Amino acid sequence: MNKKNIIKALLPLIIFLSLVILLYNGLGKNTRLLPSALINKPVPEFSVPSLMNGQTINNDSLIGQMYLLNVWASWCPNCRVEHPMITEFARQKIIPVYGLNYKDENAAANQWLNQFGNPYKDILVDIEGLVGIDFGVYGAPETFLIDAKGIIRHKIVGELNPQNLKNEILPLIEKYK
Amino acid sequence: MNKILLTLIFISLTVSAIDIHEFTTEEQRLDYQQLTEELRCLVCQNQNIADSDAGLAKDLRNEVAKLIKQGQDQRQITDYMVVRYGDFVRYSPPMRLDTIFLWVLPFLVFLIAAIILIINIKRNQKNTESE
Repeated sequence: MNKKNIIKALLPLIIFLSLVILLYNGLGKNTRLLPSALINKPVPEFSVPSLMNGQTINNDSLIGQMYLLNVWASWCPNCRVEHPMITEFARQKIIPVYGLNYKDENAAANQWLNQFGNPYKDILVDIEGLVGIDFGVYGAPETFLIDAKGIIRHKIVGELNPQNLKNEILPLIEKYK
Repeated sequence: MNKILLTLIFISLTVSAIDIHEFTTEEQRLDYQQLTEELRCLVCQNQNIADSDAGLAKDLRNEVAKLIKQGQDQRQITDYMVVRYGDFVRYSPPMRLDTIFLWVLPFLVFLIAAIILIINIKRNQKNTESE
């Protein structure tokens, strides 16, 4: 009976502690990072003009090579932050980097590229943001890793930085090469 | 006077996110209303796309309106959004094996509480009887 009373007395504390553990786990989690629904799915269909030469690019024309697709815009401050990183990665020629100019104006985008440099092999123009919706984009910058078969293998929300390049992108390039 | 002023302020706040879509039937209009209230804005996260002023929310509202006019039903449009943005885009999570806990837990807690309550009542009755 005595033992039973002790358990009874401790029960609220146990419940409280398990709640603390449960809630503590949620603390500090970045709720802005959402898992992409498109990982391991084929690239959605698109057919858009190139910012660099006006020719049409579609999802099939990029198949046959592994590449990064970097969603950027001239209005996006964090795109400027990650731009040196993208430039450096493109310079190493590990895989090509394509741009998706998201909800931007061509003139503003071109001016931005003139000012900061153009690291992209080619740039898809998506003025309306409709290609962005098909890719599940909810902000810029976002970067997709797409393999030679046109399957999306990874997505980075926010800037590309030395950490996520080393820990996420480079190992996956090795894996799906 | 103050009440009227407050009401006016609130009305002006609620109409700020409305854009104009012309639907041919009342059913389509209702579909649009329900869908935009049911889909989450991914930028602001705690608002649905009907209430949000974010650029993406506006794009998604336009997309919903476009799909409704193409004759798609609520189910198809919700699936369209889930394919692109994942289950997070829905305010009501689907019932699946990995979400079953979410749905069943409240009832489970209620059941356990009810059982404890009944046991306690019975025990009290016994105690009073024996006294």
